[in-house]
Amino acid sequence: MGVEVVSYIRIKDHKAWINGEALNLDFSAMSFLKAIYKDLGLKYPKFYKMDELSKLGFIASEMLLQNNNVKSIINDFKQDKIGVILQNSDSTIDVDSNFYDSILDEQKHFPSPALFVYTLPNIVLGEISIRNKFKGENALFVFQKYNMTFGVDYINSLFENNKIEACVGGWFNANSENYDAFLYFAKGTNKQENAHTVDNISKIYK
Amino acid sequence: MRKVYIQSDNIVSSLGITSEENFNALVDNSTGVKMNYTGNIYKELPLSLIDKEAFIKKSESSIRNFQSYTFFEQIMIWSAVDALSKVNIDASSDRTIFVISTTKGNIDNLKTKEGRQSDNYKLWYSAKRVCDYFSNNNEAVVVSNACVSGVMAVNTAAQLLQTGAFDHAVVIGADVVSDFVIAGFMSFMALSPKPCKPFDDNRDGLSLGEAAGCLVLSTEEHSDIAIIGGANANDANHISGPSRTAEGLYLAIESSMKEARITASDIDYVSAHGTATMYNDEMESIALNRHGLQQTPVNSFKGYWGHTLGASGIIEIVASIKSMENKLLIKSLGFDEKNNGEQINVISKNITKEVNIVLKTAAGFGGANSSIILKKY
Repeated sequence: MGVEVVSYIRIKDHKAWINGEALNLDFSAMSFLKAIYKDLGLKYPKFYKMDELSKLGFIASEMLLQNNNVKSIINDFKQDKIGVILQNSDSTIDVDSNFYDSILDEQKHFPSPALFVYTLPNIVLGEISIRNKFKGENALFVFQKYNMTFGVDYINSLFENNKIEACVGGWFNANSENYDAFLYFAKGTNKQENAHTVDNISKIYK
Repeated sequence: MRKVYIQSDNIVSSLGITSEENFNALVDNSTGVKMNYTGNIYKELPLSLIDKEAFIKKSESSIRNFQSYTFFEQIMIWSAVDALSKVNIDASSDRTIFVISTTKGNIDNLKTKEGRQSDNYKLWYSAKRVCDYFSNNNEAVVVSNACVSGVMAVNTAAQLLQTGAFDHAVVIGADVVSDFVIAGFMSFMALSPKPCKPFDDNRDGLSLGEAAGCLVLSTEEHSDIAIIGGANANDANHISGPSRTAEGLYLAIESSMKEARITASDIDYVSAHGTATMYNDEMESIALNRHGLQQTPVNSFKGYWGHTLGASGIIEIVASIKSMENKLLIKSLGFDEKNNGEQINVISKNITKEVNIVLKTAAGFGGANSSIILKKY
């Protein structure tokens, strides 16, 4: 039994691609992530409550999971056998700074629980899991840059140990200057094509 | 699949800077949670703090360039130095991987503008400093998954060793108390004004603590304690509250038992997360009940160390190992009143007992749940 990559998305330099095809986005009148939200035709009010990092992870997951390659097969897998295994570099730097600003001044000290909860980089795993009812293996790892070898090996080992039947894998990072995301959907397979290997992932992660 | 053995360990906390000092304090049922907060935001708060002067005095001479590291980095390095000193494992080998569990790392560096412009607060940066200290060239794996980070880090390391990616792992968990974390938990009204009381009917919130812990794992060197199962699962329910049906923790335990090829009746003891918040402890009781673990002795170590976030899973695994080795289960400190909701068998005084299989659980924000099963041979 091998593992194959079914579908992938990329967000980089204010552009977005699904399976290599660029989305035609007009974000002159709104934020970049909101433009993707509109383009996908999403109606999910919780989106507006999220911090930028969660918005990025959520939008990236919607691009991946609402696409027909994945949508047509997602019900083949048990909810508790779908994993979400992601990596990040800057953790929650922007929210962390905002939260510190809200407490450092004794006079203006006002910590908000709605802000504090987003100071954890794994919250987006919760957001994606809630939206899609994924209850399987979950993990958020922090590396300086996307660690492809680790990501591929770790996810393959979860398949090998029968802990997952399908998985959202990849990378997402947001800081005040930039959004960067690369997500893919992998599943167990008997086929040889599009194998979930470092070689193949490096070809689609550009 | 290759078997993963636990070779060595360390705990740095309010109760001492070695596993032995810490376990002796647990045996004496003495707590490190004290009314000792001296910050300017909240006047009186129970916290479990490392005695910094004592720590420096005892560890400074064992660590090169001690002053060049932040306190968070110092306790991680000491924890690994002490754990590694007891075993014959080459920390610098390319067959050794460092796995680091932390939620907020050097968060205090974000207080200033200069701090925000440097990489010092970044979790991968601290991890790299630790690897550099031990001359290990593999990129460290940092697990930052809220309160399950520690258990998840051990699961991750075990997974990497089982499949042969590495032969040895140095797993370190650490977090330090900061105004940031205090204000955050305060905003959730999750902090008790008095030392926390896990699983007690009158529990009213958690106590925060700081600690570092280390576990050295290996598939090549054998020992009496092995990791036989572990899993992580999501509630898919709420980002800041546990599931009412304990779905994620139930699934994580189920998956761990399946991997360990055991049933619930094989489990001799449960080391619970037991934060002493109303919802967490109730959720854990439900998960244990759903697995038929009502009669199995269970405790929480939070009454001794408080909630040490990224360190908690690791130091509680170390304490569970000491319980197995010493055939002694530790009283769940703070538990006075029987839980009238879901019934579980909370340990109300130290018990002498042969313990061969331990289940350790954790749950946290983001709907995260983790569990791990250890066996003594």
